[in-house]
Amino acid sequence: MKLSDIIIGDAIVPSLANKARDAVIEELVESLAEAGAVSKQKVKEITKAILTREAQATTGIGKGVALPHAKLKGVKKPIATIGCSSDGIDFASLDQKPVYSVILLLSSPDNPDEHLQAMETIFKHVQRDIFRKFLRQSESREAIIDLIKEADEVG
Amino acid sequence: MAWTSRASAGRRDSELATLQREVKIVNKYGLHARPAMQFVEIANRFNCKIEVANGSLVVDAKSIMSVMRLAATNGTVLKIVADGEDSAPAVEALEKLVAEGFGEE
Repeated sequence: MKLSDIIIGDAIVPSLANKARDAVIEELVESLAEAGAVSKQKVKEITKAILTREAQATTGIGKGVALPHAKLKGVKKPIATIGCSSDGIDFASLDQKPVYSVILLLSSPDNPDEHLQAMETIFKHVQRDIFRKFLRQSESREAIIDLIKEADEVG
Repeated sequence: MAWTSRASAGRRDSELATLQREVKIVNKYGLHARPAMQFVEIANRFNCKIEVANGSLVVDAKSIMSVMRLAATNGTVLKIVADGEDSAPAVEALEKLVAEGFGEE
C-alpha cells in the first residue's frame, strides 16, 4: 500500500483555518466531503465518530503529529487527508507538545487488516524526521502531494 | 546496600538477561493504535532494551511510531526480545497484554 493510494490529494489542507482540535477534525472531514470522498450529509456523523475515538485515547503520538481516525460503515477502502497548522494544535499529545501535522484516516470496520496496513504505510513515512520536517514546511497542496509521491518512490 | 548492588551487577550476563518470547495477537482488530499505545506504555516501564518483531520487521518496542508500523493482524505471532536486568518481568507483562487481547474482543 502506498501513501498516494490512501491520501485524497484534493482534500489536503495546507494551512488549517482552525486551531482547536475538534474544529480541526471537522475542517478536515469537510475537506474530504468537498473533495467528494465522503458524503456531505455525513460530515457531522464522521466528525463525531472520530471525536469519540479521540476521547478514548489521544492519537497525538508525539513529534508534532496526530492521527485522528475512525472505522466507519460505508467506507470501502482506507481514505485519509492531511492538515497542516503553523500555530500548532493542542491534541493532548503523549509528549505534551503541539501538533503541526494532522493525518485523518477513515477505514472500514469490516476490514481491520486493511486499516493496519494503512497505519503501517502512514507511520513508515511519519517516523522519518525528514518527512515530518518537509511536511511542516510545505505551504501548498501541490507541495504536499509532491512530498507524498517522493516518499512513495523511496518506499 | 552497596555490597548487594555489586553482587547483582556481578551476575549481569547478557545471555542470562536476554529473553525472547513469541505471542499471538488474538483480538479481532489486531495491533491498532490503542493497543500499540498500551504496548509502548508498558514497555517504557522497564529499563531493559526491548524489541518487537513481526516477521523480518524488528522495531523498538518503546517507540510508538515504530510499533505502529508492525501492522500485526489477528493471528500474527509477534516476537518480543528483551535485554537487561528487568527483562523477565518486561516480557511477562507484554506477553500478558497481547495474549489477553489488550482487553478487547
